[in-house]
Amino acid sequence: MIPELGYAATVAALALAICGAGTSAMGARTGRTDLLRAGERAAVGVWVLVTACVALMLYAFLTFDFSVRYVAFNTSRGTPFYYRITALWGALEGSIILWSWMLSIYTLVVVVQYRRRQPELYPWVLAVLLGILAFFLLIMTVPAPPFERLTPIPPDGRGLNPLLEDSGMITHPVALYLGFTGFTVPFAFAMAALIVGRTGDEWITITRRWTIIAWYFLSLGLLIGGWWSYHVLGWGGYWAWDPVENAAFMPWLTATAFLHSVMIQERRRMLKLWNLSLIILTFGLTLFGTFLTRSGIIGSVHAFTQGSIGVFFLAFLGVVLIGSFALLASRLDQLRGQGELDSVVSRESVFLLNNLFLVAAAFTVFFGTVFPLLSEAVRGVKVSVGAPFFNLVNIPIFLALLFLMGVGPLIAWRRASAQNLKRNFLAPVAAGVVAAAVLRIGGVGNVIVLTAMTLVVFVAGTIALDYVRAVRARRRSGDAWGVATWGLLLRQNRRYGGFVVHLGILVIALGVAGSQAWSTETETTLDRGQSVELGGYRVRFDGLSASEESNHFKVTGTFTMSNGGAPATLYPARKFYPQEQTPIAAVDYKLGLMKDVYLVLGEFARDGSQATIKLKINWMVSWLWIGGAVLTLGAALAILPERRRAA
Amino acid sequence: MKSRWVRLVIPAAVVPVLLLLAYGFWTNPREIPSPLLGKPAAAFALASFTGAPFNLEHYRGRVVMLNFWASWCRPACYEEAPTLERVWQAYKDKGVVVLGVDVQDSDEAARKFLAQFGHSFPNAPDPGGRVAIDYGVYGVPETFFIDRQGRVRFKQVGALTDDIARKQLDKLLAEKP
Repeated sequence: MIPELGYAATVAALALAICGAGTSAMGARTGRTDLLRAGERAAVGVWVLVTACVALMLYAFLTFDFSVRYVAFNTSRGTPFYYRITALWGALEGSIILWSWMLSIYTLVVVVQYRRRQPELYPWVLAVLLGILAFFLLIMTVPAPPFERLTPIPPDGRGLNPLLEDSGMITHPVALYLGFTGFTVPFAFAMAALIVGRTGDEWITITRRWTIIAWYFLSLGLLIGGWWSYHVLGWGGYWAWDPVENAAFMPWLTATAFLHSVMIQERRRMLKLWNLSLIILTFGLTLFGTFLTRSGIIGSVHAFTQGSIGVFFLAFLGVVLIGSFALLASRLDQLRGQGELDSVVSRESVFLLNNLFLVAAAFTVFFGTVFPLLSEAVRGVKVSVGAPFFNLVNIPIFLALLFLMGVGPLIAWRRASAQNLKRNFLAPVAAGVVAAAVLRIGGVGNVIVLTAMTLVVFVAGTIALDYVRAVRARRRSGDAWGVATWGLLLRQNRRYGGFVVHLGILVIALGVAGSQAWSTETETTLDRGQSVELGGYRVRFDGLSASEESNHFKVTGTFTMSNGGAPATLYPARKFYPQEQTPIAAVDYKLGLMKDVYLVLGEFARDGSQATIKLKINWMVSWLWIGGAVLTLGAALAILPERRRAA
Repeated sequence: MKSRWVRLVIPAAVVPVLLLLAYGFWTNPREIPSPLLGKPAAAFALASFTGAPFNLEHYRGRVVMLNFWASWCRPACYEEAPTLERVWQAYKDKGVVVLGVDVQDSDEAARKFLAQFGHSFPNAPDPGGRVAIDYGVYGVPETFFIDRQGRVRFKQVGALTDDIARKQLDKLLAEKP
């Protein structure tokens, strides 16, 4: 029953989305409001139908309806309750449902928010959103139907990929997709602006909050992905320049560039063409990311299912990119900037540099990711580039970006005087130099790490200086301490939201630098009662125990860890799933502010007399997650309605 | 006139990228065939980490397991590292030699890697990746099994397991010298 109902809902939603896109576009052309209202009703209908698809799929998962192929392949009777819900997005077909659902929600929000407010842009925005939605519904209908029937109905399902049985996988895809789909809204507004010919700042002002939200969720998705990789995959790292990670990182880079460059357009009427190109690129890269991970054209450690879906995505990517760039080219005359760069030493040029570096980083990541294809096409040789390439090219770029992050917000617009530079940067530079000296004497030998940490201190210095000055100014004008400190954040929430996000990035940068520089590891085989020492930590092997879990067999090691203080017990395990050929390691760890102790159980003797372990002391990895929390605060602050009175 | 030209060029710039991606459908990233199978293994002469000469010619007449690795290659190189040493210990007296070639690495990190896993078979850095290119290495780790006549007989892409190594070595050892 469920397969038929689900498929019917999908097809109906697809038909509605196509009709709605058509009537909205016709309504926009002719100015007929009845057509536009029909488009709106279609958007509501699509949302209802896609919500029904989500509900049906959840119901199928919770009732173990193995007549649905997707349920049978991604769950089994032993799958715990929560993972039966998250199995919804455990594989390709379900992910597309989630994607469509989020996009239909965003579309609905756009309808509610803008139907009365933006009479000119809104009809086209609706048409573009419904058109994109139609594409995803087409994917759900033809190449990747989630509601495909399975006959004969198996007595039990295959089970969820064990690596996905983790809390990180509950939130990671949701955050990532909220980010990916979120960029559809600014993209739709940009397209509407081009079609109507209102290529001014309007679309940027309207979508500022949308862009920040999408950017924030994408950042969160990347961080949670790192957290999942760190505590599930058992290699002790959070980033490996894998094609799948790169796929999500590229739109993040261009979106970050976009967030900054729109400020130049708002202030100086420059970069119109550039901003439109950036949002097209960002949206294109979200599609490209999905194409890359789902088409199987590039090998990756993430073993995803493949099928004809790649052809569909590539065709759509082609339509989107060629169509939107053609539209952009047709408006070229309008897009000449009105402002001009007055001086190289100005905020505009710092922002331009920042954009250049971010886009260069995105390009190098793109280049490295598709390099195997390029090399095979051109030279007939398959060669992949590994982490050294990405690090070599990107580390200098990121260091430069860190530096600009300190300069950008404080340097004067138009032309910075020597006075301005001295007033804003003398103290932070001094702080950076002192920090560098202290770190060097303290034994930080690695040049990259030393540079990164010095820059972090410099940037933090600029932010602190700016904030302290602003608070003093408020105090002088008679504000109480509370109003001057917290009130300032709220009154100029956009500026200080940005600063708090910058602080979050600084904390993350410290985490990356520290963990790359100081983490150590050892791998060894221990007899029961024997210990190993690493970095001041002593880990003793106390024995093994076995247990039968609901959907797997588990061998757990008991280890006592001590470093002078009270000893703690760690329980790393190996899980044997019937559907998997190799066991899955379950890492155990003790997180700390400066150091994580990270223990992985490897091979073991069946009688429990011996076990091979990997022990890692990872420095400052926690700073990544703390940085993520700071980022969250900053993004929340930045999207609050502006309270600043018109000055 | 000029503006019409620009109008065509901007969107057309996307086409080569799309074509490249479309080309990907005709390739299979998981299948990395080696044209070297059955052919004589390329000779090389490097200097090992201990400074000893490191060349294939020296081991002619023995079965060679040639492993390409790097300290940054996580997790696969770390997974297979214990296997390499185990296989070396088990087979070194049977006429097998295990050789490790370290690709695109820093000297310090590579030495740390070798010390961590206690690798006692010969290992050498490959400056400029010359040997890796000669062997058509797609990405690390890859392991080549070379018979007594010096021909490449099998190539393992990705982490090596004890089972695969033993199966290949036993097969090559069983052949008549």
